[in-house]
Amino acid sequence: MSEVNTSAQENNTSFTPDEVMRYSRHMIMEQVGPTGQRKLKDASVLIVGAGGLGSPVATYLALGGVGKIGIVDFDVVDLSNLQRQILHQTKDVGKPKIMSAKESLLSYNPHIDVVTFEEPLVSDNAFDIIKDFDIIVNGADNFATRYLVCDASYLLEKTVIDGSVLLFDGQATVYKPGSGCYRCLYPSPPPPGLVPSCAEAGVLGAMTGLVGSVQATETFKEILEIGENLVGRLVLIDSLSMEFRIMKIKQDPNCPLCGEKPTIKELIDYDQFCGTPPVTNFDAQS
Amino acid sequence: MSIKVRMAAVIQKLTNNQKEFDSEGSSVNELISNLEKQFPGFKAQILAEDNQVHQFLNIYVNDEDIRFIANLDTEIKDGDTVSFLPALAGGN
Repeated sequence: MSEVNTSAQENNTSFTPDEVMRYSRHMIMEQVGPTGQRKLKDASVLIVGAGGLGSPVATYLALGGVGKIGIVDFDVVDLSNLQRQILHQTKDVGKPKIMSAKESLLSYNPHIDVVTFEEPLVSDNAFDIIKDFDIIVNGADNFATRYLVCDASYLLEKTVIDGSVLLFDGQATVYKPGSGCYRCLYPSPPPPGLVPSCAEAGVLGAMTGLVGSVQATETFKEILEIGENLVGRLVLIDSLSMEFRIMKIKQDPNCPLCGEKPTIKELIDYDQFCGTPPVTNFDAQS
Repeated sequence: MSIKVRMAAVIQKLTNNQKEFDSEGSSVNELISNLEKQFPGFKAQILAEDNQVHQFLNIYVNDEDIRFIANLDTEIKDGDTVSFLPALAGGN
């Protein structure tokens, strides 16, 4: 165990026999090979949220040998999480999610480093947490954190692998600096209460696995520099009809963050930004 | 002139819980007016007070975001699919 950890931390160029066997289904592929597996081992990915999306993403990245996985989450495991959050088990109820997440990931793969942040991601800590990672995976469960991840990642020139779920629907895309951002897609958040959360409206547990697997796949592709990424494309998944559709996303020249005349040059108060009084209400129709 | 309309799950309550149905119109604006007739109150939920689409909701004609075509004046033709897609924040 200690030898393995040393191996991972020292970033050497060879793999242990265990790793060669473990990653053989990767390394046998021409598009990955030992060189690609080395890229995975050298990569660092921050996952925002150890919940429905964060669980499958973190699990697949760990299994696949991503060398450094960061997880930021301040919540504790609740029984209602266990319908979908595969990082946590019944014995973990009441435990900090980052703790059970780290235990799960290291039990899947002891050759990786798991760095945990038991705190909410906010404007005061976002740069410090994000700056040390190559790629940011967004599994946040609220608009304020989503806009924060968007802004902080763009300002630090990080790629964001984005995903969201609700009910039986899912969405996923990739934002790279200079190719559009979350604000280009949705300039403003809905007024509070207009678009419900998973806790309010529900989500099919397996949907988080579907969207999380898309995010994990995009993360692997990004690290391996293979295939065509989802930059400029929004994947919509309707699980009831099992239809996958793709919509085009364009960079908005008027985007306040990444447009021609940006006005957002530092992080803002995202609770205030997302707390705009409602101007209308879909619920009025229900 | 038949336009296929698709609603994201979270806003299907605006269309009597219908996900996909046919409507008519030669522009997105006209389609929304027709949807208002089919589903009273629809327009007020899709458009803000300035008569523009809410910024947390995108409308696509086939796979193109109407903000980058002609907004509500974007023309639509027989066989097009118009999708209404609000931002989702669920990840937990």
